[in-house]
Order: sequence, then structure tokens, then C-alpha cells
Amino acid sequence: MAVFIIRRLLQSVFLVLVMSLLVFLGVFAIGDPINTLVPPDASDQERQAVIVHFGLDKPLYEQYGRFLANAVRGDLGRSFKFNESALGLIAQRVPATLELAFAALFMTVFIGIPLGLYAGFRPNALSSKLVMGFSAFGFSVPSFWLGLMMIMLFAVFLGWLPASGRGTTVDVFGVPLSFLTWDGLRHLLLPAINLAFFKLSLIIRLTRAGTQEVVMSDYVKYARAKGLRNGRIVFVHILKNTLIPVITVLGMEFGRAIAFAVVTESIFAWPGMGKLIIDSIAVLDRPVIVAYLMVIVVMFIFINLIVDVIYSLLDPRVRLEERR
Amino acid sequence: MSATSTLRVEGLKTYFFTKAGTVKAVDEVSFSLASGEVMGLVGESGSGKSVTGFSILGLVDPPGRTVEGKILFKGEDLRACSEERRRSLRGSKIAAVFQDPLMTLNPVLKIETQMVEAVLAHADVGKAEARRRSIAALEKVGIPAAAERLSSYPHQFSGGMRQRVCIAIALLNDPELIIADEPTTALDVTIQAQILHEMRKLCAGSGTSLIWITHDLSVVAGLADKICVMYAGRIVERGSVDEVLDRPLHPYTRGLIRSVPSRTKRGDELYQIPGTTPSLLALGEGCAFRERCPRADEACLVSPPETAAGPGRSCRCFHPHEGERL
Amino acid sequence: MSGKAPAPDSYRGPAADPVPARVPFRDRPLGKAIAEYRESASAVIAFFATVAVLLAALFANQLSTQDPYDLAKLDIMDGTLAPLSESFSGGTYLLGTDEMGRDMFSAILYGLRISLAVGVVSTLIAFVLGTSLGLTAAYRGGRFDTILMRVVDLQLSFPALLIALVLLVVLGQGIEKITLALVIVHWAYFARASRGVALAERNREYMEAARALRLGTARIIFRHLMPNVMPSIIVIATTMVARAISTEATLSFLGIGLPITEPSLGLLISNGFRYLLSGKYWISFYPGIALVITIIAINIMGDRLRDVLNPRLKK
Repeated sequence: MAVFIIRRLLQSVFLVLVMSLLVFLGVFAIGDPINTLVPPDASDQERQAVIVHFGLDKPLYEQYGRFLANAVRGDLGRSFKFNESALGLIAQRVPATLELAFAALFMTVFIGIPLGLYAGFRPNALSSKLVMGFSAFGFSVPSFWLGLMMIMLFAVFLGWLPASGRGTTVDVFGVPLSFLTWDGLRHLLLPAINLAFFKLSLIIRLTRAGTQEVVMSDYVKYARAKGLRNGRIVFVHILKNTLIPVITVLGMEFGRAIAFAVVTESIFAWPGMGKLIIDSIAVLDRPVIVAYLMVIVVMFIFINLIVDVIYSLLDPRVRLEERR
Repeated sequence: MSATSTLRVEGLKTYFFTKAGTVKAVDEVSFSLASGEVMGLVGESGSGKSVTGFSILGLVDPPGRTVEGKILFKGEDLRACSEERRRSLRGSKIAAVFQDPLMTLNPVLKIETQMVEAVLAHADVGKAEARRRSIAALEKVGIPAAAERLSSYPHQFSGGMRQRVCIAIALLNDPELIIADEPTTALDVTIQAQILHEMRKLCAGSGTSLIWITHDLSVVAGLADKICVMYAGRIVERGSVDEVLDRPLHPYTRGLIRSVPSRTKRGDELYQIPGTTPSLLALGEGCAFRERCPRADEACLVSPPETAAGPGRSCRCFHPHEGERL
Repeated sequence: MSGKAPAPDSYRGPAADPVPARVPFRDRPLGKAIAEYRESASAVIAFFATVAVLLAALFANQLSTQDPYDLAKLDIMDGTLAPLSESFSGGTYLLGTDEMGRDMFSAILYGLRISLAVGVVSTLIAFVLGTSLGLTAAYRGGRFDTILMRVVDLQLSFPALLIALVLLVVLGQGIEKITLALVIVHWAYFARASRGVALAERNREYMEAARALRLGTARIIFRHLMPNVMPSIIVIATTMVARAISTEATLSFLGIGLPITEPSLGLLISNGFRYLLSGKYWISFYPGIALVITIIAINIMGDRLRDVLNPRLKK
């Protein structure tokens, strides 16, 4: 087991290096890196300082080395607009995005999986068909439009929920979280649903398909032949087998949530990484863009790693095969 | 044939209602089984033998349904009682062993979990006691180091051992009837022989009745007390194992026995029953075997009834053989 | 009389066989497929909806009451009028106007045209590129296959939106650039899918026969393998068109997609966003409806096509 984790960890680190190389090449090798790291209105002195700092007059591989060294130290350039460390800016916004992503994931798990299970057990009930129709809708409709509609309905016409912004936050271990306040929850609800919509549809469909397959399987029939109670069959036999692929998908979906937060945060003016990147793109604040890319890439690779580990914990066949 | 029989099936009919038509998988099947008796239920795939087993267990899923008949387990009609009653009998007094243990054992749960839950579902005991019984059952079927193997997963056993585990699970709650559906088909011939031998021993020792469903005549030859031969959803011949195998009456049974390869002498052609199994959707009137039967004539356009040929001996044919030895 | 013995009675030769009657259309594979497709009411509706959308986009010039991009014709006094209000010149604005006095109906038609164009063209190119690569990888195997699949897997492990975002940052704005970005994002799906199907087909007899005849690789791939792989790829292509339209709309909405000079539906929606909160919903709402109808119709068609074509593949 430990070997498996270590091996995957090494693979992940390798992947991060590869991606950092790609980002580096994209920024430093294509086009003039000066434009990426220095605002257009900077003085010659500032330019010179940046050139020295990033070693832009040195050979490429040396530049890469510096880039990496700087990156590890947390220095990925300074934002043109805010004149702060780009990485620092992003770090400030990360809690908001993570909060949104977790809220969306929470909804997906606790609403999507039960609905999917239900639809799988009773595929012909009217309610099941409604659930499936709903999920087909959520699957195909672009999420930004959905967000707009939600604002139209709940904020403008009904006036129940606020249309934008994050609510009051409470500091937990120095991290500001908003879901602990009622105001925070009110602000969190619509964006979280918006972000969760696509995933909900996906998970409902996946869970339903998995449930249907498992219900028909031989070992469920055998479990019934053993005279086990239905409850036990559902919760122990069916659930575990159905959940394994679902959990893998959920893991990946969490990563994607962070990416798609870009849209939701823009619509709902949620102060997270996503909104930051869109704003930065609009004003061509390139260091922030670079920093965002690196952060996202690293996040993704490690989420994949964690998902793989969890998967192997759940499915003994995978884990034990690695041992050989 | 009275209350001494463990199982009595009367006029069982299980049909599958599909879009393409109604499949009469089990079309009026009756038999009885006394305590400690081993019955071989023999037939090709599609003959309805597995569905019979499932019907007795009450595990026929839609679009199938048992439409008629009585299933008397020690006098109690399983079709008339509640689903909860059936559930409580399944896995305790009526146990099942299925064909491929790789499919029937849940791959993500340990053997211990799957055995302990079978005990706990039917007996009001603690986990420790359930564990103890599981180890005892595993030892009974000849699995070495039972206590350690409990924490293994199904895929860590070999095929034969897996099936033994399933047999152990069947024996956990001292069943009075075991329904075994092709339990050795997926195994090597040598393992097959071992398992047959042990099942025979176990059943004889505890007075458990056994229905052994198979397509392989040679398997039941050494195991069963009596045989029922099924074809297209009906029992076409029944009798003691010696009677049916040595002096078969029904042309189908004769054909089956003749086509067993070990009976042919070297250099002779292997015998095959001509034609193929009919589709159960298009059976039509009359004897289901008539298209392939060398003895068929116009009389066979009417469905033949089961005619007795001695105590416990009958045949469903208008032109049975005389009972000459094969 | 020739020295040959007469042919035995049982062999008549091809000349003696009667000419087979023409198989009626409804029994041919295409006819059957269409009949099966028709069985689903929603699929038929989706089909007509898609056709309607296509026609609307094609004939935008004729159908629209106003050229929404001719600044001279716009009257700012007509700005932000609600749907079905009268204009100063006497006509009716079917779906209202935006803040510049543009007729929403006309703007939507033109927007549809651009959205569809980008979606369809990018998918077509991605289709050609991805499928060729996928088929070649499946057929050739070896290093080419391994490398291609690594690249595909890597790309597909990142969400499409993110990749498109990055590409547009690097490439800049413009209709060709966004088409290119969409192609780069979507080729991988085609490559993976076509490779999967091709691998399954690779071992079929007709492939062996083609190889035995020593036909050239390109010929085998494109004339023998491809027609059999087509049905499932076409299903995927349909879904991809919907996705491309959706992705482009999202990017334009965010301001990084198409520029204002070539407004797609996404841009129209984004334009009207700020008016949403003050109740002037129609500037965003109706373009949104047009977008959603298009996407859902295409998706339903794709779903139905998959159901129709799949059992065929299972044979």
C-alpha cells in the first residue's frame, strides 16, 4: 500500500515538473517574457530589475532553473494591477473558491447520490423519470445561462436570495469562511447550486446506471438467496460497488469545480480565484495568469493522486494487484 | 408422499412476459423430495431447470413470475406465505449454491463479512459466535487455515476453494434443503469430483435434501438418488438414478445418454441429438421434442401427459422405449 | 460441342439466378435507422428544432427586420424597449431592444449564425483531425499509439474550459482564434473515441482481408476502417457540436471569446447581464433561450442517434 502511494506521489511530482516546463516555455520561450512579467508602463530600471531577478538574459535552461527556484519559494511575479505578489493574491482568494467548490461537492454527494440510487432502484416510477429528465437538462445547458436564470428568478423576481457577493465571514484558524453565518449561507446558496448543477446531473446518471447494473448482478441475487434483509443488501453490497466509480468521478469533479468556478464566480461576483483570473485576463495582468495556471495545475495533479489513493482503498482488487 | 417429504412442488408454472412474447420457462413441473434425498434435475440450457430452482427460492425477477403451483416446504406453501417468511427461510432452512462463485461472492467484501452476515441474518447471536460458526463451516468443507482465510477476499481463492466457501455459506445455518445450480460447471474435472464427493457426505450425514441442477449426466450419476429430466420447461422423465440412466424411457433421455462422450468407443462417431433446442417463444402445440425425435408421428401433435411406469417412475411420451438397456 | 462435361444440375451459375428485386427503402439500413429514430417523439421535435435553428441562422439576413450592426440605422431613442413595443418608425420590436436600440430578434438571428458557424466548423475540423489520428493510432499501434494516447489522456484530465481559457489568453481574441482553440480542445475526444472503436474493428475479418490484399495503409484506414467506425463517431460529433456551441458561448460571456465586432449569442447574453438586475431581462433572456434550445435540440438528436446506432454495433 505504501509502495503504491509513494509511486503515485513520485509520478505526480514528475507531472508537476512537466507542466511547469510547459508553462515556462509558454511564458518565457514564446514571445517576449518581459511583456509577461513587467507592466507596459514600467521604467527601464524596473525592467532591468526584473531581467536580473528572472535571469532573462541568461540561457533558457538557466532561466527555467530560476523559474522553478522562484516558484518553489512562492515567487511567480508581481501583479501589474495590484502590485502584490501574484501568488499571494491567489492565495488570498483560494479559501473563497474552495468554500464554493466544497459546497457544490456537498450538494452533489448528498442530493445526487440518493436521487441516483432511487432512480436506479425504481427506474419506471414517474419520479425517477422526472429526475432523469431533470438531469438530462442540467447536463446539456450551459451553466452560465443557468446562473443567469437563477438570478432572474430568485433574486430579481422573487427577491429571496442575494444576487451577488459573498456574505459575512468568520475566521476559522485564520481562514475566512462564510458558511458559518446565516448571511454567508444566503449568499453561498445560489452560486453553489449553479456550480453543482452539472455535477448533480452527472452523478445522478452515473449512480443510477451503476445501481441498475449492480441490482441485476449475480452477487445481489446471491445475497438475496442468503436471506439477507433488503436494507443490508442495499447499504453494504450495492452501495459499495456502486460508489467506487462514483467516487472516482467525484474526485475529478472537485478539480473541475475549481476550474468551472471561473464562470460561477463571474456571474455571482464571488471573490474567488476564478473571478480574479477573469479580471486579470481582461486587464492583461499576466503574472497573475501565470501564477493561476501553476496553482491550478498543481491542484489538479494532486487531486488526481488523492482520488487514485482513495479508489485503491475502496477496491481491494486494485490495491492487492499493486503488491505483486 | 405425505408430510415426510421436505419439499413438494405441484404444478409449478413460471412464465416470462417479454415484449417478444410469453416464455413458458417452467410449464407444470411437479416433484417431491424426502429428507436426505439427492435429486438431479437434468436438462440442456433453456430447459427451465435453473428457473425451477429460482422459483422455489422465490427469486424470480420481472419480467418473470410464478403464475401457478404450490411449493410445499415441509407442508408450508412458500407461494402463499409472506415475503418476510420466505426471506427468513432463504439462507437458513433453504440454502442455495450458484454456478460461478466469482460472480456470486461480492468482490469487494471479505469472506468473513459475507459469512458472518449470513449467520446474523437468521440467528440472534453475537458477531463472535457468528465468526466461530463460519470457521467451523469452512473447516467442514475442507478449507485449511480457516481462521486466517476469513480475512481474504474472494479473488484470493482458487476456483475450487471459492465454491467450497459458497457451500460452507450454504451449510452455515443447518439447512434442510440445498438447491445447487450447476455448482461444479465452472470447475476442473478433478475438483468437481472432490466437491461432489463432499456434498454427498455432508448431505448424508445431516439429512439435508439436495437438488442438484446440471446439464451433465455424468455428474449426477455418482451423486443423486433420483433424477428428473427436463426439456423445454417440462419434466419428461423421472425415476431413480439407476432406472433412468440404465433403462431410459424417453427418446430425449436416451439421446442425452448416448451423446455422453465417455460412452463412445474410440473410432466411433460421437452421437448428437439432431436439431437444436426449440425457442421457448415458439413452442406451439404438442410434444416439444417432436421435431428432433426419431419416433415422432401425428399422435405427438398433442402434448403428452406424464404416464407412470412404476413407483416413482414416469415418462412424458406417447412412444416411450421399452426400458431396454442402452 | 466442347469437350467439357456438362455442369451438374445443382449448379446454375450466376446467369441463371433471377435478378434480385429492388429492396424497398424502408428495409434498407438507412431506412430502418430513420424509422427507429422516428419512434421517439422528443427526437423528432429536436430534429425539427435544429433544422429551424439552422434555417434561421442561414437566412438571418432575410428574416431580420433590421441590420443590427449597421450603426447608422440604430436609434438610441429606441433603447431598452420591452418586447412587443412599438418603435418610433412604426414597426414592432418582437423581442425588445438592447441599450443601443438594436432589435433583439435580429441580433439573435445574427448571433445564432455566428454561434452555429463557430460550433460546427470547429467540430468539423476537430473531427477530421482527431479521427484521423485516432484511427491511425489504432491501426498502427506501437510508439505512435502510446504517445498519442498519453497526450490525449493528459489533455482530457483537464477540463475543456480551462484549456480553452489558457489558449485564448495566449492566442488573443478573434473568430479564427476561438475556432482554433475549440479545435485544440475537442480533437482529443475524437481521437480517443475513434481509436477505441477502431481497436475493436481492427481484428475483424474484413480488416485481415484488406491487409492480405496488401492495400496501402492509408487506403485501408480510410476506405475500409473508417466507414465502419463512422456511426459511433457521428454520434460523438453531434454531442461535440453542442459542447462547442456551449463552450464558445461561455467564453464569449466571460469576455474572452469573440470580440464585439462578431457577437455570438454568448456576447449578447453578457451584454444584457447588467440589465438583468433592473428587470430588463429580455436583453439576456431571449438570446439565452435561443442558445439553450439549440444546444438541447442537438443533444437530444445525438442521444437518439446513439440509441439507434448502438444496437447495430453490438451485433
